[in-house]
Amino acid sequence: MAEVRLDGVGKVYADGTRAVTDLNLQITEGEFLVLVGPSGCGKTTALRMVAGLEEISEGTVTIGDRVVNRVPSRDRDVAMVFQSYALYPHLSVRDNIAFGLQLRKMPKGEINRRVQHAAEILGLTDHLDRKPRNLSGGQRQRVAMGRAIVREPQAFLMDEPLSNLDAKLRVQMRAEIARLQRDLGVTTIYVTHDQTEAMTLGDRVAVMSKGLLQQVDHPQALYDNPVNLFVAGFIGSPAMNLMRARLERDGGLAVILGSQRLEVPDTLLTDHPGLEDRLGHDVVVGIRPEEMDDADLDGATRDVLTSKAELVEAMGSDVMVHFSVDAPRVVHGEDPDLDLEADAPGLGGGDADHTIVIARCNPRTRAREGEPVRISVDTTRLHYFDPETGVAIRSRASEPTQTESRKEA
Amino acid sequence: MSAVPDVGSAVGGGGSIHRGPVARLVGRMGSGVVQVGLVAIALFWLVPSLGLLVASFRPEAENNSSGWWTVFTQPAQLTVKNYENLLQNPAITGSFLNTIYITVPATLLVIVLASLAAYAFAWLEFPGRDWLFILVVGLLVVPVQVALIPVAQLYGALGIFGSRLSVILFHVAFGLPFAVFLLRNFFAGIPRDLLEAARMDGGSEWTIFRKVILPLGLPAIASLGIFQFLWVWNDLLISLVFASSDVAPLTVALQSQMRQFGANIDLLSSGAFLSLIVPLIVFFSFQRYFVQGVMAGSVK
Repeated sequence: MAEVRLDGVGKVYADGTRAVTDLNLQITEGEFLVLVGPSGCGKTTALRMVAGLEEISEGTVTIGDRVVNRVPSRDRDVAMVFQSYALYPHLSVRDNIAFGLQLRKMPKGEINRRVQHAAEILGLTDHLDRKPRNLSGGQRQRVAMGRAIVREPQAFLMDEPLSNLDAKLRVQMRAEIARLQRDLGVTTIYVTHDQTEAMTLGDRVAVMSKGLLQQVDHPQALYDNPVNLFVAGFIGSPAMNLMRARLERDGGLAVILGSQRLEVPDTLLTDHPGLEDRLGHDVVVGIRPEEMDDADLDGATRDVLTSKAELVEAMGSDVMVHFSVDAPRVVHGEDPDLDLEADAPGLGGGDADHTIVIARCNPRTRAREGEPVRISVDTTRLHYFDPETGVAIRSRASEPTQTESRKEA
Repeated sequence: MSAVPDVGSAVGGGGSIHRGPVARLVGRMGSGVVQVGLVAIALFWLVPSLGLLVASFRPEAENNSSGWWTVFTQPAQLTVKNYENLLQNPAITGSFLNTIYITVPATLLVIVLASLAAYAFAWLEFPGRDWLFILVVGLLVVPVQVALIPVAQLYGALGIFGSRLSVILFHVAFGLPFAVFLLRNFFAGIPRDLLEAARMDGGSEWTIFRKVILPLGLPAIASLGIFQFLWVWNDLLISLVFASSDVAPLTVALQSQMRQFGANIDLLSSGAFLSLIVPLIVFFSFQRYFVQGVMAGSVK
C-alpha cells in the first residue's frame, strides 16, 4: 500500500495529440479515487501512465516515495484490472491468478495459499481448474480481480472493469469491489465514464474533460458544489437543468426564467457574494431535478414554475416530468449517458429559446402528458454560473471546500 | 421461413405459405449435388495416387506387363517384396535418414527464428520497424533459382559447399520471409491487453514471448511447421545443387535410381510412399493444434 501522486502530468502523443494536460492528483494510502469523464477525456491515458503502459510526457508520477517515470511496469508493483479482463485464455483460472506470483518466483506453498485465499474472497473456489472461456462474464471479471488481489500490490488500477457486464451484474460487482477495497485497504485508482459508479465507489472523485482535471472532491461535495458547468452537467442523473436567466431585484430578489419568475431569498447575495455584480445581468441557473416537485403535492411553500407536461416517465419510486421553460438552453458539455465527445463547457445554441426541464416528482403526482403542470422549486438550492466562462459563482459556504480539497489532496 | 423466399417463389409459384419448405428442399438438393460433385472430383484426383500405391505392392514383372487395375481381378499378385527390397537398399535408407537430418533442423530453426522476429515486428517498438517488415515480405518474391549460383559461390568461399549445413541454411533462408510474414500477422492479432496484463504481472519481454505469445500462437506455429516441413521434405532442386551424394536426401536418391535403371517403377513407387509416410505423421500430429477459438474467454 502506498500513496500515489501525479505532479503536473501531461501526455502528448507522437502525432502531437494532447491527451492529458497538467494533471495534479494525490491519492492517499488506502484511498479509493475515481477518475470519471466522457470518453476521450484522458482518464484512461492518465491511468495507463501510472501503470507504466504509456510513457509520461510531462511531470512526474510517484508511487510510495519512488518517482516511477522511468520504471518499467513490471517493477512498479501495481496491479491493473483491464476493461476486457485480459485473461490468459490458455491458462486455468488458478494459473491466471497465480501468473504474477509465478513470475516473481514465489514459493509454491505461498502461491497456493494466496490463490486459495483470493478464490475464497471472490467465490471462485469451484472454478479454479476451468478455462476462462467456460466462465460467465461476472466470473471472468472476478478472475481479473483475483489476479490483482493475490499480488498484494502497492496500488490497484482499474480501467472500466464493469463496463462489459450487464446492468444487474454491474450493480452487484460494484458493491463487491467497494467491499473488497475497503477490506483490503489498498490504494485504488478507478477509471469509469459512469458517474453513478464514480459517485458510489469513490472516496473522492476526479472529474476530467478534454485532458483537464475539472474538479476533485468527495462525491457529495461534487454534487452539491460543482465548480463549473461541465461538472454540474456531468454529475447527477438526470442531469442538472441548466438555462440562461437574469438576476433582478424588483421588490424582492428574483431569477427571471424567460417569462417566468422565481423568488429567491434575500440571503442569496450574502451567501454568494459573487452575484452582487450580476444584478440585472445574465447568469446561468442550474436546478437539480431533485430540487423540484409537483407543486400540488408540495403545499406550495416554495416558488412555482407553470408549464405543460411534455413527457411523464414513471420510474416507480419517482416520476420524471419533462416540461418546457422559455429560457435559452445552456449546453453544458455533454449528456453523461451519451458517449459523445465533450464540447467545451459554456453557452451553446443561442438560438434555442426554450429549455426542456426535468423534474423528479413524487410518484403521487397527477401530472399528465399534454396537460398543464405546476412545479415547485427549492430556490435556496439553485446553482449559479458565469455565462461566459462557465465557472460557478459559488456560495460562501462552499468556497472553503474547494481550496480545502486541493490542500487536503 | 423468410430467409430464402426468392428461390421458393420461383419454384413454388403461388402459395406463399409453402415457400419456405420448397426453398429448403431446393437448397438441400442443390447442396447434395455439390457434395456429390466434390466427392467425384476428389476421387478422380486420387486415382493416380491410388495407382501408384497399388503399383508399389506389385512385383516388377507384373508392373512391366499389365496395368495396376488388374489387381481388382487378381489380388493374389500383391506383395510387400518391393518394400523389403527398399529397406534393404542402403542408398535408400541412408538418404531417408539424410532427409530427416536436413528437414528437422531446417524446420525448427525457421520456427525459432521466425517467431522471435515476428514478435519483434508485431509488438516491439524500434525505428524502421515497418520498413524492415516490408523488406522481409518483399523477399517473398525472390525466386530460389536466382540465388543458386551466388549462394553456391558464397558456400564455396566459406568451404561448406556440399555439406548438410549448406542445404539446411539455404532452406532456412528461403523459408524465413514467409514464416515471419505468417507469424507476425498472427501475433499482431493477439489482444494488446493480454501483453499488457502480462507486463503488469511482472513479465519481461522474454517471459511475455514464452508464456503468452508462444502458447497463443501455437495454431500459426503448427501450420508454419507443417508447411516448412513439407517444403523441405519434398525439395529436390536445392538438394540436387548443394548436397553432395553422401548427404543427399531421399528425393535425390530416388531421382538417381530412375536415371540408372529406367522405368523401375517398383522401387520408385514404394520409395515415393516411404517419403510420404513421415509428412503424413507430421501433419496429423500437428493438426490437433489447429484449435478453433483459442482466444475464447480472454477478452470480453
